[in-house]
Amino acid sequence: MKPIRVHKLKEWFIEKSILLSGIFSVFFVMLIFLFLLREGFSLFRGESVLDFLFGKSWYPISDPPRFGILPLILGSLLVTLGAAAISVPIGIAAALYIAEIAPRRLKEILKAGIELLAAIPSVVIGFIGMITLGPWIKNLFNIPTGLTALTGSVTLAFMAMPTIVSIAEDAITAVPRQYREAAIAMGATKWQTTWRIVARAARPGMLAAVMLGIGRVIGETMAVMMVTGNAAIIPTSFLQPVRTLTATIAAEMGESVQGGPHYAALFAIGIVLFVITFLINGVADIYLHRSRR
Amino acid sequence: MTTRLAQKIAFAVLLLATLLVVLPVLIILLIIVAKGASAISWDFLFSMPRDGMTAGGILPAILGTLYLVLGAIIFAVPLGVMAAVYLVEYSSDNWLSRLVKLSIVNLAGVPSVVYGLFGLGIFVTFFGFGASILSGSLTLGIMILPVIITSAREALESVPRHFRTVSLSLGASRWQTIRHSVLPHALPGILTGMILGLGRVAGETAPILFTVAAFYLPRLPQSVFDQTMALPYHLYVISTQVPGIAENVRYGTALVLLTLVLLLNLAAILIRSRFRRKKKW
Repeated sequence: MKPIRVHKLKEWFIEKSILLSGIFSVFFVMLIFLFLLREGFSLFRGESVLDFLFGKSWYPISDPPRFGILPLILGSLLVTLGAAAISVPIGIAAALYIAEIAPRRLKEILKAGIELLAAIPSVVIGFIGMITLGPWIKNLFNIPTGLTALTGSVTLAFMAMPTIVSIAEDAITAVPRQYREAAIAMGATKWQTTWRIVARAARPGMLAAVMLGIGRVIGETMAVMMVTGNAAIIPTSFLQPVRTLTATIAAEMGESVQGGPHYAALFAIGIVLFVITFLINGVADIYLHRSRR
Repeated sequence: MTTRLAQKIAFAVLLLATLLVVLPVLIILLIIVAKGASAISWDFLFSMPRDGMTAGGILPAILGTLYLVLGAIIFAVPLGVMAAVYLVEYSSDNWLSRLVKLSIVNLAGVPSVVYGLFGLGIFVTFFGFGASILSGSLTLGIMILPVIITSAREALESVPRHFRTVSLSLGASRWQTIRHSVLPHALPGILTGMILGLGRVAGETAPILFTVAAFYLPRLPQSVFDQTMALPYHLYVISTQVPGIAENVRYGTALVLLTLVLLLNLAAILIRSRFRRKKKW
């Protein structure tokens, strides 16, 4: 009977490792947070959390250094708002077109195109934005540099759109057929049905789509670093260079001394980003579940 | 008549919006191909960079990216597929499985530069791997874990319930059932997710900034503890950090990176559509 025992042991071992792998994701999320805290916490021995979050100047290498990230938060906020203003209406409209109006063949082609856009690496999008969009904006507004918050918003809008379109499209497709049939039977036109019935029923899913798109924009690093001009000052207009939270980490980590206050401050920015995206994704997930029900 | 007109206008606006999303993709591809094709040559693809990257090829960057892709996959695929098996085949709808699902959603949302910080804190510093292929691969592997788990989950869920009941009723154990009657049918879906993950790894820059990427290293890495150049970081470097690089070299590097990533995605799309057509249930 020995083979059976060996077999059982093997099976027990496999099942336990499967369970363990399942738990690994939870473990990784906690590990990420713990290590951000471990490296970033030392900043708050010499600096209050409020001074860090709302301090108006970011001069990490002056003496004494100033670690106020308000300009960076505002930079991220400005670029994100601009990107949302562009990508949300266009993305939702495109999702409606693809889900409700496009004929089947065209629909497949459009969906492949959107997947393609999602696949382009952010550094390539940043490169194109920097080389083509930047000079264009510079000439259009006649400003000294084309690398501005606006350039960042337009570039990031294209990175948010695939997320918004594909998730909103799923939500629209999931609206029960009967809703459309009932509306058409009542004499509504196809457009009236699409806009007043289907779009309204898909609203929670669309909201989730918008939030996930915004989450992607806030966390985006390379493209935004290449096109926004990287000036860590409190922005007053869209036509000014700004610097985001993500770009600050990416640009300055190489120059910081490991274990020093600058290093810790960059990890502390990581904590802020982690918390922001955690909240956004959590809320989006709640809306997604509501839309599936 | 006015409602008809309203519909026409509305549909035209929606079509216009859709074109605004899709056309830029074509334009970006066209620009990169048109301006970058002239840089592509045997020498460009298969030789070392020379003279501070102004001459020579991009071989170490191409190979570095391939190593990172391979390393991330070796780490993430077994772990991701097993996690998906746990979620679909073993867990019931309890607090633990909900916690796991929530964690996956959050892992997917963590910004790529935060993964870079994490990799720096844990692999480079805490475990002492230094800036190396090992640290970079592990960081990228954790980053694509959600992609792999999610697609493997969908693939497993699409295998009909009765495949399992039949196998179990014939006396097979739970694991035998999964191994022989569920996993083989989910394989194309798992493969699709894996390739999409590869595409993501090949193109990401922020997670490798502090964990592996070398600015200029005109030799090939000798072990997993060596630094390496990588395509996306190389594109960033030559387009923002080093002045005086010929324009077609920049576009050419972007073209190589884009070709690599899009080929991977194309492969994923093809496998998926073939699988859908061949599905017997």
